[in-house]
Formats: sequence, C-alpha cells, structure tokens
Amino acid sequence: MNAIAPTVPDDARDRADIRTDNHFRWLVTSAGVFVLVSLAAAALSMLWGGREAFQKFGIGFLWSDQWDAVQQQFGALVPIYGTLVTATIAMLIAVPISFGIAFFLTEIAPKWLRTPVGAAIELLAGIPSIIYGMWGLFVLVPVLAEHVYPWVDANFGQLPVIGKLFSGPPLGLGMGTAGLVLAIMVIPFVSSVMREVFLTVPGRLKESAYALGSTRWEVVWDVVLPYTRSAVIGGIFLGLGRALGETMAVTFVLGNAHSLTMSLLEPGNSIAATIANEFTEADSDMYRSSLIALGFVLFIVTFIVLSIARLMLRRLNKREGN
Amino acid sequence: MSTPLYRVRATKNLVAQVLAVLAALFGIFWLVWIMWTTLRMGVSSLNAALFTEMTPPPGAEGGGMLNAFFGSALMSMLGIVLGAPIGVLAGTYLAEYSSKSWLGETVRFVNDILLSAPSIVLGLFVYTLVVAQMGHFSALAGGIALAFIVLPVVVRTTDEMLRLVPSQMREAALSLGVPQWKVTLQVLYRSALPGIVTGILLALARISGETAPLLFSALNNQYWTTNVLSPMANVPVVIFQYAMSPFDNWHSLAWAGAFVLTLFVLVISLLARAIVLRNKMTHD
Repeated sequence: MNAIAPTVPDDARDRADIRTDNHFRWLVTSAGVFVLVSLAAAALSMLWGGREAFQKFGIGFLWSDQWDAVQQQFGALVPIYGTLVTATIAMLIAVPISFGIAFFLTEIAPKWLRTPVGAAIELLAGIPSIIYGMWGLFVLVPVLAEHVYPWVDANFGQLPVIGKLFSGPPLGLGMGTAGLVLAIMVIPFVSSVMREVFLTVPGRLKESAYALGSTRWEVVWDVVLPYTRSAVIGGIFLGLGRALGETMAVTFVLGNAHSLTMSLLEPGNSIAATIANEFTEADSDMYRSSLIALGFVLFIVTFIVLSIARLMLRRLNKREGN
Repeated sequence: MSTPLYRVRATKNLVAQVLAVLAALFGIFWLVWIMWTTLRMGVSSLNAALFTEMTPPPGAEGGGMLNAFFGSALMSMLGIVLGAPIGVLAGTYLAEYSSKSWLGETVRFVNDILLSAPSIVLGLFVYTLVVAQMGHFSALAGGIALAFIVLPVVVRTTDEMLRLVPSQMREAALSLGVPQWKVTLQVLYRSALPGIVTGILLALARISGETAPLLFSALNNQYWTTNVLSPMANVPVVIFQYAMSPFDNWHSLAWAGAFVLTLFVLVISLLARAIVLRNKMTHD
C-alpha cells in the first residue's frame, strides 16, 4: 500500500477559494437585499409619484368623493368604497364555498377523485384574470341583466333597510357583478390553501376522533378547523389581498362610474379599475399624480392584509416544527 | 340506538356534507362555464391570419395579432432574463446563507408579500421608475415590470427546492474540502435544477397573462416593431382594448387571443407539474 504523501496546504488555492466564497456570499446576499429594496422602492416611488396629490389635498384625499378632471379636484372615497364593497361581497361568497370545497376534497370525495379535482382547481387558479373579466363582460353581464337583476330588484328592492342594496336599473354592470366575478376568481385560491392546510392535520388526531364515533362534520369542525385555524385565516386574508388588488376582472364589469351609491346593481368604481381605466388618458400632472396616490393607498391596504395573512400562515408552520 | 342526540348529529352531518358537495359543484360550475366559453368563442374565431397578420385598425375587417404575440414573447423573455437570475441568487441566499438570521427572515417575509402584491402596483412602480424617467412607454419598461413579478416566484421556489436537498449531500461535499460556492453551484443546483426550472416555468405562466403592469409600461402599438425602446403590442393589453371596444371584429380577435393565452398558460403549468412529478418519481 502506497502511503499518500502528506499534502502541503496549497496556500494560493485556499486563498482563491476563500476569496470566491466571500464574493459568492456577497453576491447572493445582495440579491436577497434586492428583494427588500424593491418592495421599499415600490412604496417610495408611489409616494413620490403621488406627492402632488397628497400635497394639494392632504389627508382629505382619502374621504373626498370628488373626482373631476376638469376642475382638477380628486378624492379617493368612491374608489376606496368600491374596492371595499366588491372585496366584501367576494369574500362573503368565496369563504363558505371554499371551505365546502376543502371539506369535500379532504373528507368526503372518494380517493380517486381527490387528486384530479384538487389539481384542476390549482390549474384554474393560474388562469389569467383578463379571461375572467372578458367572460364576465360578454357572458355573465347579459345573463344577470336579463334574468337575475330584474327579479332581485322586484323581490328585494322594496324591503326596508336592505332594499337599497338591491334596487336599481338592471344594467348587469355593477358592484354586485364585480363581487361575483371576484369570488369566482378567489375561490380556487382560498380553497387550495384550505385544502393544503387541512392535509397537514396529523392522521392520528382525525382517526382518534373517528374512533370515538365522531361524524365527518364533527371531525372537520371540531378537530381539523381548530388545529388549522390560524392558517385558514391566513388563506382567507391571502384571498382578500387578491380581491382588493385585482384589476382586470373588475375593470370589465364594474361600469367605471364615479358615483357613490348604496345599490349593488349600479355601476361603481374601484381603486384598481380607476387606475387601469384612466391612467393612459390622464392628461394633467395632477390627474396622474392622483392616480398614483390611489395606487399608494391600495399598496398600503394590501400590504397590511398580506402581512396578516403571512403571519397567520407562518404560525401553523411553526407548530409543525418547520 | 337512535336517540334524539344521535339523530341530531347524523342530520347535521348529512346537511353539512350535502352543502359541501353543493359548494364543490358551485365552484366547478363557474369554472367549467368560463372554460367552455373561452373554448367555444376562441375556436370559432381562430384562423391562420391570427398568427400571420398585424392588429387591424378600428372598424377594419380581418387582421391578426402577430405583433402582439411577438411583443408578449419578447417581453416575457426580458422579464425572465432580468428576474430569474436575481431570483435564483436570492433564493440561494435564503436557503443556504441566511440560516435563521433576521435579515433572512425579513427577506422571506417581504418576498411572500411581493408574491401576492397586486400587479397593478408593480406597474405603477415601473411607470415612475422607468417610463417617467425615459419620457415614453417602452417594451423595456414592460420587461422590467414583468421581471418584478418573476422575481418573487423564482425566489420562493428556489428557496423551497434547495431546502429539499438532503443535508448529507452538503456535508459530504464540504467534508471533502469543497468550498461552499462550489458545493452550491455543482452539487445543490444540480440536484435542485428540476425544481428551479419549474419555478421559472410557473413565473412564465404567471406573466404571460399579466395585463395591468403592461398598461403602464409597454402600452400598445398597432404596428410591428422590434425596438425595445418603443411602445410594443402585447397579447393581454390588446385583448383588453379590443374586448372593451364596440367592434365585432375586434371582439372575435380578443376571444381568439384569450383562447391562445389560456391554452399557453395551461400547457406551461402542466409542463411544470410534470417536471415536479417525474422528479419525485426518480427520487422515491
């Protein structure tokens, strides 16, 4: 057996390796920092772009309902209101439906059906939003205008208090339609998050409950849901973040009307739709600046919502020991 | 056997299950309706001119979307070329170099937010950053806007895929005296490559349908151009403008474009899925 000669430390080579190591570390760290910087830069650039509007209108920008390109008077109330209303409608529809879908896919459906349906839902979450918008405008709006909204107006329009929500001309375009389209878009998202977190529940927890004679519903409601509560809320907020910031699907069906109305049947506007519709037509600096200021407001709101979502989702991960 | 309590529980269970099945049917109903409409309208407006002719002027008959397809392909490539390398490096930082540091945790958190941030916000960001400085809309600005959407997707998947690589592989290589950068480049990247490619494909699927960021960066152009410093047509914005117009010919072009776009996105997503699946099988 030949003894291997003791290797002389190759100083030059070691030093080169250490140098490259440091360079590489520096390179990947700066790429990581770039991610941080880009989010901060996005916020600052919009604050900068909207400075004229913020300077002129002050904090009142948030609750003025004026939007007049001729008089150069701009306020964000109507778009903010529209964004909140459409997102609320969307979540009211999407959350129970998504919960039902997740329940169906994790406990009820036969095994062979779970994977294809789950995969189909995830694929549909990737369909571009402009497709949802086009379908909404060309297919859903005429159907609602002819068959659904007249009936809603006739049956619910005269009710006390909530009647105002359901009365109005049956144009088909409007807050209700936008909320429905948003809900259809958000359902695949929320349901696939819920399904995923439901699958993280340890089998022995569920099996113990079944062994004690629990029904499927009791297992989901009293075992699965409490275990995954924070992540489920996180998933809902993720969907809310998407509903608040969604642009194309809403722009098509909202009607682009700058009026404050209680009725869900009447056209309205949302932050994203206002920007998408008017940005390329904005002919004055103040107009453009007001639109960017609107974008800044949207950014702040979605930032808060998404932060809550991520913190909630992270809690379940911690419990799993990741 | 059937005490009142038991009956109440059984009824509750039955009602809940029926509602869950109805919820699943409700969700699938809309999605099938949307897919069916896209397929029907898209196929009926599909013809060879779509891929060989330029976008027609208002009110004219015929025409295609050749310039828009070219613009979308070019800007998506730009977005990938600009966004993916930074994304892979940042993902490497998170998985290999940050190990529970506050900076790493912050980057991961911010990246998750960027991942689901409204794309219209990124469009406005690139408008103030690039378009306002250059003084005009351009395909380059469009590519940059798309790169900011590619970035978080690639960071996320690279991070996840590198963390799936068994730590024995790192330790084995390091114990042989291989420097860390070489371990990363030659051992970890090789092992995580299918996952990283999947991430890039998912990013491609996502940006090919993005409309809002391109409205404020690349805008649109009725004519053929290969100049990245000029406004350029692209499929989503053309679909948007044509669908909102009052012309029937434009509507049918918009449907054809929407159909091709949806098909492309679905094929890319399926491809990404297939890579993950095949990789899983060879590993198991």
